[in-house]
Amino acid sequence: MDPILIHLIKIVGVVGVLLFICAYIVLAERRICAFIQDRLGPNRVGIPIWIRKDGRAIQIGACWALGQPIIDALKAILKEDFVPGHVNKFYFWLGPMLVMAPALMVWAAIPFGSTLCGVPMIVADINVGILFVFAIASLGVYGIVLGGWASNSKYPFLGGVRSSAQLISYELCLGLSVIPLFMQVGSLRLTEVVRWQTEHLWLICYPWNWLPAIIYVASSFAETNRAPFDLPEAEQELAGGYNTEYSSMKFAMFFLAEYANMITASALLAVLFLGGWHLPFVPVSGGIAVGIAHICIFLAKVCALALVFIWVRWTVPRVRYDQLMGLGWKVFLPLALVSILIAGLAIVAGWSPS
Amino acid sequence: MHDQLFWFFSIAMLLSGLLVILSRNPVNSAMFLVLAMFFMAGLFVVLEAYFLAIIQVLVYAGAVMVLFLFVIMFLDLKSEQRRRFRILSFGGGIVVAAAFLVKVHDVVEDMPLVAAKGVVGTTEAVGRLLFTHYLLPFEVTSVLLLVAMIGVVLLSKRDLK
Repeated sequence: MDPILIHLIKIVGVVGVLLFICAYIVLAERRICAFIQDRLGPNRVGIPIWIRKDGRAIQIGACWALGQPIIDALKAILKEDFVPGHVNKFYFWLGPMLVMAPALMVWAAIPFGSTLCGVPMIVADINVGILFVFAIASLGVYGIVLGGWASNSKYPFLGGVRSSAQLISYELCLGLSVIPLFMQVGSLRLTEVVRWQTEHLWLICYPWNWLPAIIYVASSFAETNRAPFDLPEAEQELAGGYNTEYSSMKFAMFFLAEYANMITASALLAVLFLGGWHLPFVPVSGGIAVGIAHICIFLAKVCALALVFIWVRWTVPRVRYDQLMGLGWKVFLPLALVSILIAGLAIVAGWSPS
Repeated sequence: MHDQLFWFFSIAMLLSGLLVILSRNPVNSAMFLVLAMFFMAGLFVVLEAYFLAIIQVLVYAGAVMVLFLFVIMFLDLKSEQRRRFRILSFGGGIVVAAAFLVKVHDVVEDMPLVAAKGVVGTTEAVGRLLFTHYLLPFEVTSVLLLVAMIGVVLLSKRDLK
């Protein structure tokens, strides 16, 4: 087949699946938070199941709430798209786009499977894979900052300012926390990281990678603006944060981008620490069935980790802003540097297989 | 193809660079600078220096410019006032720019062609050079940055205990 066509199919597939998971992870979040708070949550809009009997269609039931994302999307599109008069129009429009675009673009360098019919299951296997992901992900902050600033009102502005300081601080921890992994693997290519883990153990199995894993998880909570670090959109303090002045589809873009970032963070966690598409006792290479199985394993890991993100959000209370900054700069940053040193010692001592 | 991309990226970069100094709104200036950095990253990609291209985006567009924007927003700058055209400052600017151009020209003349050395895998090449040939300048630079950082912390503290 034409290589450009294959790339197009992969791109459309990745974006489609990502948006689909985004839509349903919102539903999962609402159901799980309801469960944790001892409520029911959205359970009205099921997808009806019809059977055909005596030439008539009879509804016998409905899959619980699975229609909710469709209705939510319709609501977001049909609502009035109100632009307040006091905003800077250009940046007000640009904000949601700049948040959404990087959230989708990072998936270009994330391996979501091994190979299918000889085609590697990654859109672009570049040799600076992880740096590409971090570089593009770090651009998402522009959308939040510009959106908050362009709204020209106090609470969104405070949300935008908080967000820029928070994201920059935790980007540093995030970047430093993965350096030990690449010292062990010896490549920045994400497919190479997964291949290394198929040949040895998963990176999480080595004790000197536990500290980086903890720092990585906590930093990615902060990077995705989620509780306990959701200060840029702390409802009680900022009336919603940077997206207060937004309505309709523009608000939905901010909202979806947050979930897309969360799924990206889960996917990176799976790739970096938990073996990506690899599972013990599943053959590393094989026919179409094995290729599809690898994609399913990867998706299962991503969804499971995303559920952990949700679980944490509804369990842990929000930290204060000075605590957030103190944790980032005074605890995680030195610990990340120490973990680089420990990993270096482990490599020199020959404990780490290479 | 490479040539067209090179021309596209360089013209776009120069254009956005020009707009950085021509726009009256500081936020517009900052955003044009981000755009200029992107086109510069594109130039690096055309030169097959992927590592540099990504670092350009990661460090400058992703971190440094966000801090710039942060400060601009905090200062609450109004649009820059139109100032009187001064022949002295204009002439001074021309002199500085010319001196800079001559210096850049000298450096470019002295520079060996990287491609001629047969560098492959830019991350490894950059790392190897930094830790062997350029180890001393690299370390001195990092100490310099540390000194600058400590200086800033010292200056921003009102009362020293």
